[in-house]
Amino acid sequence: MRGLQLFRPFKMIRILFIFLFLAGSGLAARADDLAAAVDALASSSFSDREAAVNAISKTGDPKAIIILEALSRGELYVRKADKKVFLAKEASGGFTLTDPVTSESADTLPSSALEKVRLNNALRRAIEEGLGALTLFSKDAAVRRLAAQSILKAADPARIDLLSNAIAREADPGVKKIMEEARAAAILKSDRPDDEKLNAIQILKARGDQDALGLLDAAANTKSGAVSFAAANAARSIQNRLAFWEGIQNVWYGVSLGSVLLLAAAGLAITFGVMGVINMAHGELVMLGAYTTFVIQEWFRAYFPSGLDYSLFVAIPAAFLFVGLVGMALEQSVIRFLYKRPLETLLATWGVSLILQQAVRNAFGPSNREVTTPSWMSGSFEVTSGLALTYNRIAIVAFTALVFIILFLLIRRTRFGLEMRAVTQNRAMANSMGIRSGRIDALTFGLGAGIAGIAGVALSQIDNVSPNLGQSYIVDSFLVVVFGGVGNLFGTLIGALTLGIANKFLEPFAGAVLGKIVILIAVILFIQRRPRGLFALRGRAVEA
Amino acid sequence: MRSPVIAPPIPKTPLLDASGVGFLAVLAAVVIGVVAYGPPAYAVSLMGKYLCYALLAISVDLVWGYCGILSLGHGAFFALGGYCLGMHLMRQIGARGVYANPELPDFMVFLNWKELPWYWHGFDNFGFAALMVIFVPGLLAFVFGWFAFRSRVTGVYLSIITQALTYALMLAFFRNNMGFGGNNGLTDFKDLFGIDLHSDGMRLALFTASGIALAAGYILCRAVTVSKFGRVLTAIRDAESRTRFFGYRVEHYKLFVFTLSAMIAGVAGALYVPQVGIINPSEFSPANSIEIVIWVALGGRGTLWGAALGAVIVNFAKTYLTGAFPELWLYALGALFIFVTLFLPQGVAGLFRRRHFSFGKREPALAPKPQAGE
Repeated sequence: MRGLQLFRPFKMIRILFIFLFLAGSGLAARADDLAAAVDALASSSFSDREAAVNAISKTGDPKAIIILEALSRGELYVRKADKKVFLAKEASGGFTLTDPVTSESADTLPSSALEKVRLNNALRRAIEEGLGALTLFSKDAAVRRLAAQSILKAADPARIDLLSNAIAREADPGVKKIMEEARAAAILKSDRPDDEKLNAIQILKARGDQDALGLLDAAANTKSGAVSFAAANAARSIQNRLAFWEGIQNVWYGVSLGSVLLLAAAGLAITFGVMGVINMAHGELVMLGAYTTFVIQEWFRAYFPSGLDYSLFVAIPAAFLFVGLVGMALEQSVIRFLYKRPLETLLATWGVSLILQQAVRNAFGPSNREVTTPSWMSGSFEVTSGLALTYNRIAIVAFTALVFIILFLLIRRTRFGLEMRAVTQNRAMANSMGIRSGRIDALTFGLGAGIAGIAGVALSQIDNVSPNLGQSYIVDSFLVVVFGGVGNLFGTLIGALTLGIANKFLEPFAGAVLGKIVILIAVILFIQRRPRGLFALRGRAVEA
Repeated sequence: MRSPVIAPPIPKTPLLDASGVGFLAVLAAVVIGVVAYGPPAYAVSLMGKYLCYALLAISVDLVWGYCGILSLGHGAFFALGGYCLGMHLMRQIGARGVYANPELPDFMVFLNWKELPWYWHGFDNFGFAALMVIFVPGLLAFVFGWFAFRSRVTGVYLSIITQALTYALMLAFFRNNMGFGGNNGLTDFKDLFGIDLHSDGMRLALFTASGIALAAGYILCRAVTVSKFGRVLTAIRDAESRTRFFGYRVEHYKLFVFTLSAMIAGVAGALYVPQVGIINPSEFSPANSIEIVIWVALGGRGTLWGAALGAVIVNFAKTYLTGAFPELWLYALGALFIFVTLFLPQGVAGLFRRRHFSFGKREPALAPKPQAGE
């Protein structure tokens, strides 16, 4: 806030001058007040200086902003000779002094003749609040909004008149609303008549967020019967509303966690679910995808910095192709010899995962690599005051949905998908129909691996890109696939969302770790009830 | 299809065959040699550790090699046994901890706990702790197996939920308010039976105890597998549905052998803890349990002694490589996993078997057939 204010041109201050003049404030009297208050800063006691700061901000004089800012930067000095306060700028041979009120330059003095106006925390707070009040008159709506918000938090009854003035002048309806809320907050704390307070309670109730709740709770504990009753009612209604939005928010967090799980598990649903290969290196394929994102980003940074924000769009196909190729190589060199022994693919692929981890550790180092979030993915979208959706979560959910739909169409609607399902269901029959099952196996595994790579791109946005990235998802991914039912993409979808949402709803009660344990136990128990998952395949192929 | 209507009478397998006698002889020679010559203290503890791992591998081989249950959670039983003995060792510290609290272990004082949680009572007594070493993993395996086998969770599903089990336990033991020392686990042990754990005599005693436990574990598992009961286990491994249709209660067999195996793993963990001086939640990590499986696969499953051999080989290689070429260790382990599954499906024991026994009478197939789930 102060930072913004530093660079405002003086034109704005002139306009403010006129405003204040029109408002009928005695300019001369104000200037005198200001000068007196500024000189009071020379006092040696902190509490006097605090009073002086408050007096300066009370004047409402636009100069006060400059003075308070200079004070907070430590540019105000006391001339020892006459205890007058000046703006000081370092120059050769000491400091050049400027009168803060009249802006006339005074002499240049050596530093020994001056004493800095020192601050403590109470003073800094007073300056902060004073600036908050003064910036209510800024020309920039964003500055006014911030100022109103900071006053709302402080809820200082001394600001009521200031706010009333600001509200009268405010043109921006959004800012005006916040100012009114800030005034309502201040009124609640003041000793104004009850009907004003009741009105204030209504305004705060309409705001309905955590801040308003705190203010209303405080008001509910006051003596006045009608006010405290109304405040308690309003607080309750806000609480209900917040609880509702919190529920929605939990569902949303659950959906976004679920889509992360789904992305991580979708590749596995193909390699494990469809092909029956227990690919313990799946997590490492995800990790390779994340590192691909990192490499592409660095490549953009080096050769095409202006496109850095869009490197993700290159990273997605690159990760799909690269990791898909790694997967196909893996299938050709190791896994195809083990189709008859599915439990042993677990061991071999575990070996592969160890090698990939160590290889990445050697190539990129053991520490986290930073993948920056593109600017279009940062920030959030406020649905109501109780619910804000961050863009990166929205992007991940949308992206997951897209990947899932494409995958589904690929399996259901294309020649390759048809052949893939044929080989899965009856290899011998597919062979005799002229499908080259070996080739389909390699392609299917490549597809699963490629999806894992894409998951890596998404995870690089929300998790640390480190050689251990994959390990943290492998157990979860298997649980999702097993929970949903092996060989069933929709089961994986439902499984991922269920586990994600359940996790987020348990977290507030049980804490993250205990919540996770509860989920694990719940899945273990669930498997007892339905040994083949939520959506089990039926028929002869099941029992081998 | 190779199933004659009338099976020939099954020849009775002796309790100890040539390889079993050989295994026990080598084990006895190593133990006696170590006790007689007294190598440096660290080496004694290291070898004691290998013997514990070997016992753990045998317990996994019992369920995987003979019954086809691929447990990816056996590390949990091992760690639970370890924690039980660790609790006894913690109680033995008494007032010699950093905070010199006679009533509470250091980490509880640190967490500001006022009194001992109920589940710590009784661990002052070695007999009780020893009982718990067997009872706690056994109980967990029994309850888990009761549910899992009754509802016919098999194959991959069973592997995944055993993994989830050990993962959940790891997360739980990492929590400070579980009362097991959280992240740091249990450590700073002083003595057992009043004898300093770091003394040479104690190290040798623990090493010898591990050797004896390994031999006893081997004989016990061997006795189980050569019995009629063991024959049924093998039948379950090779054709579970068919065995069930013959009228055997498959889940009872599985439950028994799974619980027995968990108890053996618990004993291995209990012998392991005083020799390495620490037990912490990372012992529960799924990666550890998977590593145990690879020891068994490397050694040769369905042989028991092969599993023990595999545990020693892999861990010896680990000790050597992590010391000499720390960068290479994971590559070597990874390559080992791939190599063994691709080229040595019967493990080192299979290699041995083919070379020495292929000329004479044909051995009954001891290594498992391809498993369910094709």
